[in-house]
Amino acid sequence: MEKKLEKQLSEEFKNMVDKNNPQSSIIKDCIFAFVIGGLICDVGQFFMNMFLSLGVPQENVGYYVATVMVFLGAFLTGLGIYDNVAKYAGAGTIVPITGFANSIVSPAMEFKREGYILGVGARMFIIAGPVLVYGISSSVIVGIIYYFIKYFAK
Amino acid sequence: MAVKKIGTQTIKLKNPPSILETATITGSKEGEGPLGQYFDVILSDDLYGEESWEKAESKMTREAVKLAINKANLHPDNIDYMFSGDLLNQIISSSFAARELQIPFFGLYGACSTMTESLSLSSMIIDGGYADYVIAATSSHFASAERQYRFPLEYGGQRPPTSQWTVTGAGAALLSSSGNGPYITYVTTGRVMDFGVKDANNMGAAMAPAAADTILRHFKDTGFNPNDYDIIITGDLGKVGKELAVELVKKGGYDISNIYTDCGVEIFDLSEQDVHSGASGCGCSAVVFCGYLYKQLKAGRFKRILLISTGALLSPTSSQQGESIPGIAHAVAIERSV
Amino acid sequence: MDYIRAFIVGGLICVIGQILMDKTKLTPARILVSFVTLGVILGALGIYEPLVKYGKAGATVPLPGFGYSLAKGAFKGVDEYGLIGAFTGGVTGTAAGIAAAVFFGYLMAIIFSPKMKK
Repeated sequence: MEKKLEKQLSEEFKNMVDKNNPQSSIIKDCIFAFVIGGLICDVGQFFMNMFLSLGVPQENVGYYVATVMVFLGAFLTGLGIYDNVAKYAGAGTIVPITGFANSIVSPAMEFKREGYILGVGARMFIIAGPVLVYGISSSVIVGIIYYFIKYFAK
Repeated sequence: MAVKKIGTQTIKLKNPPSILETATITGSKEGEGPLGQYFDVILSDDLYGEESWEKAESKMTREAVKLAINKANLHPDNIDYMFSGDLLNQIISSSFAARELQIPFFGLYGACSTMTESLSLSSMIIDGGYADYVIAATSSHFASAERQYRFPLEYGGQRPPTSQWTVTGAGAALLSSSGNGPYITYVTTGRVMDFGVKDANNMGAAMAPAAADTILRHFKDTGFNPNDYDIIITGDLGKVGKELAVELVKKGGYDISNIYTDCGVEIFDLSEQDVHSGASGCGCSAVVFCGYLYKQLKAGRFKRILLISTGALLSPTSSQQGESIPGIAHAVAIERSV
Repeated sequence: MDYIRAFIVGGLICVIGQILMDKTKLTPARILVSFVTLGVILGALGIYEPLVKYGKAGATVPLPGFGYSLAKGAFKGVDEYGLIGAFTGGVTGTAAGIAAAVFFGYLMAIIFSPKMKK
């Protein structure tokens, strides 16, 4: 195309793209996310109640639930089921801790062919790594702030 | 003095090379699509008996090249050059295939525009009198592309509606200085175009300006218009990019909507197969051309076609650094007879 | 009753994530990072605690709950060990989840291989 037309079209193009952009059907996506996300939490609730009834103290029950849910997320990923549910559930499977497990298992499996050290070992954190970096760092920051508030409040 | 060049970006081939044979190998999903009957080999196992997706893809390239050569009753020793490229880092599918084939090899990177890039260069090298038999090939594999450009296969993500599905497929075309056609008659080489699209999930939009530019340039350089073609077909713009390309070409003064389509729209059934905006990947225009279009030309159902493979020249690094996505498109005109 | 509350609280947290995914171009990784960090902040400010009391697993299973546990752990660490507790507390509070993810992740990678998407 000629330079003049090219310049004109490159300016119009953003509007053309926006006009042609098919939208995700957000209502449908949200219903799926709500129902499946809610169900995953109910599975967590089931195990929480179960461990409590087995005599696990309230303050420790979270550890048990987290471990079981992470196992379930990891196992369903290994079986190749998690991604097929996630296609519909979206954030409903990404946001629960099972999604955190999926984000670790999926690259670990994927990069097995690059070896167990630099493939599995290094790549398993490509998605989950940032979550740990930002989560742990911010917990250190709030811990330090809490320490000084406590110190000066004395 | 470049005697064969017409206009600013087009070559009119004085001794149009004939496409002797083609070969296609695709994955199972492509085989289930509407063009499945035109592919030579449809894999039931997308690993192709190999240990990794990369090895499978390289084997697809290698076997497609061998098949095209076999169909012409030739041997790899008879082939003067092979032009090939793919999407993987350092184009390992192509170069590892060439390692086995032992044909003098030029490795190309044109992202998904590689089919017409390799056809363009093969035609020129034959027309120039440097070779009698040349292979133009390319491949892509859904699983090897996903792990390099996007997410691990089992990662539970959600693909946006503008996203496209990378074709698992390899296509090879054997070109010769003699033969009964179809012939490559014109080559229009594209410029890199960038209208500022940054969304790596909307490659169709990123590549549409390049496709439109090359189509318009082809018309201007050759003096042809859309009526001179039975079909004008882009590589992998998908549904979203295809609509944008029609609109852009219209603003450039030509209405192609009646005879225009896109390989990425044709290869899958967009309503039945879960591919969102359509297909992408080097293998997309490769198998649609080497399978469907070539057979239609051979059978005389198409007299003259314009094939424009389209490439998005991004990398995961450039995307992460916030760069917009440059596009490229190369066109070749192919005619049943000359 | 537990189940209804967990379902609603957990489901709604996921819906917020879904709206962010559809309406913004934020990648899932960015959403996860924001959710965990938000969980730490809300946990530290004492805003997340009532949600956990009400929704139970519905508030602890989603990722903001992971952030909440990190913050709660850091506070507990400071209470018990002083300043060094800010460093040990967060990871201690979430050690089960992190260790399980690493261990099961490795285990599953050994047992299974990725399958081609259909």
